[in-house]
Amino acid sequence: MNSIQKALSGKMRQYGMVIALFVVVALFQVLTKGTLLMPLNISNIIQQNSYVMILACGMLLCILTGGNIDLSVGSVAGLIGAISAVFILRMGMPTPLAIFISLLIGLAIGCWHGFWIAYVGVPAFIATLAGLLIFRGLTMAILKGVSLAPMPLDYTFVAAGFLPDFAGPGGLQTIAIASAVIISAGLVAWQFMARKKRQSYGFDVPHIGMFIAQLAVVCAIIIFFTYRLAQHRGLPMSLVLVSVLVVVYSFITTRTVFGRNIYAFGGNATAARLSGINTKRVMFMVYANMGLLAALAGIIFTGRLNSATPKSGDGFELDAIAACFIGGASTTGGVGTVVGAIIGGLLMGVLNNGMSIMGVPIDWQQAVKGMVLLVAVAFDVLSKKRRSA
Amino acid sequence: MDKYILEMRGITKLFSGVAALKNVNFRVKPGQIHALVGENGAGKSTLMNILSGVYPYGEYEGDILLDGGNVCKFKTIKDSERKGIAIIHQELALVPELSVAENIFIGNEQAKRGVIDWNQTRNKAAEIMKMVGLDISVEARIRDLGLGKQQLIEIAKALSKDVRVLILDEPTAALNDEDSAYLLNLLVELKDKGITCILISHKLNEIVRVAQEITVLRDGETIDTIDIADATEDIIIKLMVGRDLTDRYPKREHKVGDVCFEINDWNVFDPLDSHRKIINHVNLFSRRGEVVGLYGLMGAGRTELALSVFGKFYGTKISGKIKVDGKDIVIKTVRDAIKNGIAYATEDRKQAGLVLINTIRDNITLVALDKVSRRNVIDDNEENKVAEEYRQKLNIKSSSIMQKVGSLSGGNQQKVMFSKWIFAHPEVLILDEPTRGVDVGAKYEIYSIINELAGTNKSVLMISSELPELLGMCDRIYVLNRGMVVGEVNAKEATQENIMRFIMESNKYEGVEQ
Repeated sequence: MNSIQKALSGKMRQYGMVIALFVVVALFQVLTKGTLLMPLNISNIIQQNSYVMILACGMLLCILTGGNIDLSVGSVAGLIGAISAVFILRMGMPTPLAIFISLLIGLAIGCWHGFWIAYVGVPAFIATLAGLLIFRGLTMAILKGVSLAPMPLDYTFVAAGFLPDFAGPGGLQTIAIASAVIISAGLVAWQFMARKKRQSYGFDVPHIGMFIAQLAVVCAIIIFFTYRLAQHRGLPMSLVLVSVLVVVYSFITTRTVFGRNIYAFGGNATAARLSGINTKRVMFMVYANMGLLAALAGIIFTGRLNSATPKSGDGFELDAIAACFIGGASTTGGVGTVVGAIIGGLLMGVLNNGMSIMGVPIDWQQAVKGMVLLVAVAFDVLSKKRRSA
Repeated sequence: MDKYILEMRGITKLFSGVAALKNVNFRVKPGQIHALVGENGAGKSTLMNILSGVYPYGEYEGDILLDGGNVCKFKTIKDSERKGIAIIHQELALVPELSVAENIFIGNEQAKRGVIDWNQTRNKAAEIMKMVGLDISVEARIRDLGLGKQQLIEIAKALSKDVRVLILDEPTAALNDEDSAYLLNLLVELKDKGITCILISHKLNEIVRVAQEITVLRDGETIDTIDIADATEDIIIKLMVGRDLTDRYPKREHKVGDVCFEINDWNVFDPLDSHRKIINHVNLFSRRGEVVGLYGLMGAGRTELALSVFGKFYGTKISGKIKVDGKDIVIKTVRDAIKNGIAYATEDRKQAGLVLINTIRDNITLVALDKVSRRNVIDDNEENKVAEEYRQKLNIKSSSIMQKVGSLSGGNQQKVMFSKWIFAHPEVLILDEPTRGVDVGAKYEIYSIINELAGTNKSVLMISSELPELLGMCDRIYVLNRGMVVGEVNAKEATQENIMRFIMESNKYEGVEQ
């Protein structure tokens, strides 16, 4: 019994986030009279917010290094959207090549930031504030103040398309359901194997009942949402993309040497250096990665909007930063999870969407989001205080 | 019957249900220096925090009586200060960018209707500075002063508030011998002027020198209050740990092997002022199975030497040669040093040694993560296994390997740092002040670990400012002064006197060689 309590209290923050998300979902499900969880709307929420979640993955790594943020991601996303549109619409480049080169440019921009921050020692806030101005300026210069549209179908596919299915639009999407079942089964098998391995080492494992209950809840959620989505047009490609990113970045942060180095660096930079960690390289890599993800977010957003505009990407950085902090990242670094940041992003997305359906004007939505950020971080600060007292 | 200036009766304090103090009685006679001793976690700081109002009345049980009668109910630190009780914490509470005068009157500004009277501030500050015997400008910035002087300014700050009972928490922990001696003399002077002092310290020799009475706490309980006439260091230690410490230093079988680590003609310059030489033609070596001491006063360059060797972490224009097992090696980064079998455990655990917000496990495997991972992917189970092994082997008192290092006691944090470096399997371990801030019981364990390292054919370089510790632990001792090796002695033949003589002798030639 004691071990269950211990496990619970250790993960309280994470569970707290999930519970908050459920409460908000349930609240809006009632307030919108069931519209929120309509199949069409679930797709919408995911597609509307995929860019925030993509950015949040990268932003979390920046924040982990010591509360550093990247203010330039909105501008970079805008710029990359514009560049890819120019490649395709003005220069006639094939879409895959254009996307590939655009991503490389994003990576290069990330390296640019990384260089100034890690090797020259310019504070991240300043270097990326400069980036915000520079790349917004370049975006406007490239587009010469006009929007480029429409984007070709293969460009918008990832942002607005759905996983192809036999059933065709309208019918129940069999591939979607099949993949949900396969993923759930895989998850169960993997978890059981990991549990067995742990036991073979003689370590404590969670109580079997608790373990199964946890797995069952996760699988039920996966299958439920996929089923709802299957009733509409199946799995949005952006969901597939975000899911892959979440898995990849969770893996990097929790299971790789590089990930561990980021946490150590953020937790105590001197100790990390004295432990032989190349902290400059860690910093550089984190910002380089952020550039790449900002580019990806730019392409997804441009695809969803179906046009590249001089203003697109404006304010994205704040959404991504807010998502990370709502998701439990520490402002001083060293604490935070990818899953937390994604949940933070989803929470804001559901708030936006729910309020939009209710007809709350956009200015009020902004104010509510601000309050949520404040309350979430205040809650975090207070609960930490109570624990240390 | 003597009257007591201060009496704490039946103090009990709980932290989330766990008793930190159990019915503690503590009585201080006026005009005395009263030492409060006990191992880390014995409850000394908690008791003093109650006395000074950090933990307000109502959060503890028991009474505080002043001058034999008045029951005090302090709600804030201000309340206790008004009664003439001032506390100087281990971590100094000075603002580095402000001047001496401003710091002395911080929170107590000499002002009329919110406007500061600078003349009065300076004059009064200068007066108080005289009382503590500090001859520096009151306009000097704290940042530019050494730790010893900063400590004196803390005392000046307390004096400015008409203090009657002055509480000092480990005032000499970070000071060199000279500054410590000055500070202790000042306390005796203050005592003679009628100011009662409560001195918390781990340094028993200092206590025996200046205190009149000693109260020993153990596990949150008062064990005894004894008169200095009845006290020796051994008696105090026995009361503190609750058992006999027949030998403070565990025995080791000396099996000295080949030379393992050599530094030749090592020179280092100050990174902030590249003309200033910090380390000057240092030559030293250590053998396998040997514990070599590196002694020097504060500022002698011990830590600078170690850090410059350890991947050029400190210093500029570094020159000289390093050999491991007879082979010349090139070290440009910390990684290089680690790869060549060198480990450095810092003197500053909290700031530079450990990631306090991370778990014991994450800290132990940090340096040698590659040992528990394949293609940069960490194997959870292997990692947990290794961490658990070290937790048990080094007796790290904790609930599990997933406990945060920040919540451990000093000694256990030190063991985590040791685990981290031992797991990197180095050949040479440079241990910088390995027992700083560690209580008596844990010290013994740490000495045992050092002996075991030497016993497994490693070479250990031990930096310490506590001479008895080096004399008890080492085979040989190098004496460092002003960046130079000024003496080398066999520990068996060494005494505190002849080591100090090396330092004094070398100071005579000041400025001759550069």
